[in-house]
Amino acid sequence: MDWVNAIVQGTLLGGLYALFAAGLSLIFGVMRLVNIAHGDLIVLSAYVTLTISAALGLNPLLSLVLVVPLMALLGYLMQRLILNRTMGEDILPPLLVTFGLSVIIQNALLVGYSADPQKLNAGAIETAAVPFGPITVGVMPLIVFVTAVVVIAALQWIFYRTALGRAFRATSDRQDIAQLMGLNRAHVFGMAMALSLAVTAVAGVFLGIRTSFDPAVGGSRLIFGFEAVIIGGLGNLWGTLCGGVILGIAQTVGAKIHPGYQILAGHLVFLLILAVRPRGLFPRMD
Amino acid sequence: MKCGKSIWGSKLMPEPVLSISRLDSHYGDFQALYGVDLTVHEGEVIAIIGANGAGKTTLMRSVSGLLKNRHEAICWKGQPIGALRADQIAALGIALVPEGRLLFASLSVEENLIIGGQTGRKGPWTLRRIYDLFPVLEERRNQPSTLLSGGQQQMVAIGRALMSNPVLMMMDEISLGLAPVVIKSIYAALPGIVSEGLTVIVVEQDIAKALSVSSRVTCLQEGRVSLEGYSEAVTREEISRAYFGI
Amino acid sequence: MDTLKVSRATRLSTMAMVMLALIVVVMAAAPWWAGRADLRLFGEIFLYMSLATLWNLLAGYAGLVSVGQQAYVGLGGYVFFAATMLWGMSPFIAFPVAMVLGAAISAPIAFLIFRLRGAYFAIGTWVVAEVFRLSFAQVSALGGGSGTSLTTAIVKDLASGRDGREALAYWFALGLVVVVVGAVFFFLRSRQGVALTAIRDNELAASSLGIDVWRTKFLVYVVTAGLTTLTGALIFLQKLRISPDAAFSTNDWTAFVIFIVVIGGIGTIEGPIIGTLVFFALRETLADFGTIYLIALGFVAILIMLKTPNGLWGLVRGRRGIELFPLSQRVRGLSEKGT
Repeated sequence: MDWVNAIVQGTLLGGLYALFAAGLSLIFGVMRLVNIAHGDLIVLSAYVTLTISAALGLNPLLSLVLVVPLMALLGYLMQRLILNRTMGEDILPPLLVTFGLSVIIQNALLVGYSADPQKLNAGAIETAAVPFGPITVGVMPLIVFVTAVVVIAALQWIFYRTALGRAFRATSDRQDIAQLMGLNRAHVFGMAMALSLAVTAVAGVFLGIRTSFDPAVGGSRLIFGFEAVIIGGLGNLWGTLCGGVILGIAQTVGAKIHPGYQILAGHLVFLLILAVRPRGLFPRMD
Repeated sequence: MKCGKSIWGSKLMPEPVLSISRLDSHYGDFQALYGVDLTVHEGEVIAIIGANGAGKTTLMRSVSGLLKNRHEAICWKGQPIGALRADQIAALGIALVPEGRLLFASLSVEENLIIGGQTGRKGPWTLRRIYDLFPVLEERRNQPSTLLSGGQQQMVAIGRALMSNPVLMMMDEISLGLAPVVIKSIYAALPGIVSEGLTVIVVEQDIAKALSVSSRVTCLQEGRVSLEGYSEAVTREEISRAYFGI
Repeated sequence: MDTLKVSRATRLSTMAMVMLALIVVVMAAAPWWAGRADLRLFGEIFLYMSLATLWNLLAGYAGLVSVGQQAYVGLGGYVFFAATMLWGMSPFIAFPVAMVLGAAISAPIAFLIFRLRGAYFAIGTWVVAEVFRLSFAQVSALGGGSGTSLTTAIVKDLASGRDGREALAYWFALGLVVVVVGAVFFFLRSRQGVALTAIRDNELAASSLGIDVWRTKFLVYVVTAGLTTLTGALIFLQKLRISPDAAFSTNDWTAFVIFIVVIGGIGTIEGPIIGTLVFFALRETLADFGTIYLIALGFVAILIMLKTPNGLWGLVRGRRGIELFPLSQRVRGLSEKGT
């Protein structure tokens, strides 16, 4: 039963990883950009929430109403003012610039909040649990997982059912021809990054409620998100959710074997899948 | 000289919608156009002919804003537009049917048409009118554009350009790679399109076709204008000299 | 001059090479003229210069942008500690062992992560570094997560006195940077190196010319891994203490190195050398500012990437393409205006 429990908990954890990954997957899909600062932006969201919920006395979950648009705006500005200048054939400039942003965000958080671990307090809901037969499932992990499913469904809807999604797909296909349609590439890219950071805001709040965080934890969040994207297959959002679940299960099962193996087990499963299925389990994009 | 108003402002001739003067276009270090001049008046159909590599597509890319140029080299209704971005130029009412069609592969037929109307310009062309013009597209509206035949794809590309209700539509080699019968049916739609008051630039390798649909013709050779004249007046000798440089 | 000649050397590059040789000689004598603190600083500079030169070969020439070279730095440190403390090897043997082991381990890793393209390759290298860090944290014989120190017996095995040991560590570092820069220089002049530059400039064209892109990149990755591992061994010989977090630190062995190369000028031999000197000059003057210093470095790197992607050396070098290290082939006799 312990093993079943580990798998259930891992599946729910996978929802969080899918949230880490969805924003990454989105901007790669639209503009082939890999944002090395993605993990640090997740952590930044958690800190922004910390400040806002402390200042206004809001539950961190409620403060999402403010954090999501705030991070979206930050994403739009970051893309328009900095990252758009690096977009082109050469992958080096965007990579190195986002790497620089990562170091800046990390150290700015260190200056602003110190290295002490922080946690977001969501109240009684954190400890609430519901029994499913012999297994008890926390309400919070359940909320995270359901949110992940909803977020991915929403992104899917935006991508395939709205004018913005049409613009994303057209720009992804042929940037120049999309421009001929009257689409301003710089704006489309800005919107993609805004959407990515809106998702990041949700991920950051859930991260902060689930575990304590400090300015240095962004790197591993980026890696978890990245692993979920690659396991699931590039360009497939539902695949990304599956990738997150696989990673989550690998980690909880690994931790069950030996506490020191939790993260390691996740990485090893990722490398294994890379060795056997280099394009991921459900690839859609070349 | 800004936008050549001094010449065209006179009563003899109305101001052209598009006037290109001394246009030099570059791809990096490579110069593709040398001092090209061209004027287009409202309602005209202009043909641009020339051999492969003469600079026809470069000229189209320059006008549509895919290539940046000296701002004053290209003027639209008296305003310089040479350095504007492609989306800004599209908003002015200049549409391009690009060589090779270049439909959006991840969009359905209908989405390809709808995105053509992205600029939000008002005018006669609607989804309904495009389907009336090319009924086959309505039957296949929900299919991915990649599943269509070459001729049908070309119809989507033309429809996509029309959806922006352009003042000027540029068609770059729309018969390339299509069967003669398909070319014929596509060109058959042209008079109906032009009768809406559209100004058209047609780039063609097929000289006879180009001359038959146009009122004026410009020939490019190695990036320079080698011939300009009325389509019905130019002689075969003039064209072959302008085309091949012999 | 009527005949056409192809040559690489220019008067400037010949002078630069002579100057460089002189500098190396003067620096080799540093243990006799520099204080202990200076000696340590010089040693550190040379080690960073090696890391930067190696990363530049990887990212600037082979287009393999890794953010996970700390995997090999840490591996080098751990192999050196394990070889001397657990396997009873002499430190002098442990260095080449570390290098060979690093190269050997990097080969199967390359097979795996070369499946990732571009930026995803970068994050893949990071995953590998994390796997190394987490794995070494499980090795209790080397102190597990908290790490271990080099025993005095081994330290004494190197040289008897403290001065002698520090001088030796310094000479190793100097020797390493000479070997690394020299190796990269001669590699880039070789057929393989020309192939590499061709790949960087146009992968498609290069492969159509019959250059095996995959093999060339693989070779560069493995050689770089071996030399980075050796550098890691020397770094932790200087530090005398190792822990997983220090050994596989992203900040120390990747962030700094990337900033050095970007600031100095990526894709040139001179860039990483100049970048290292600038980096240490800034660090020595601004070190008191700690995290602010890192933030500033991040801003400078972004600014350089946006404004002058060729870095400081790119600014100096200008349009005329002057080179201190004679790499480019120049045709002489056509017109002597340029050079």
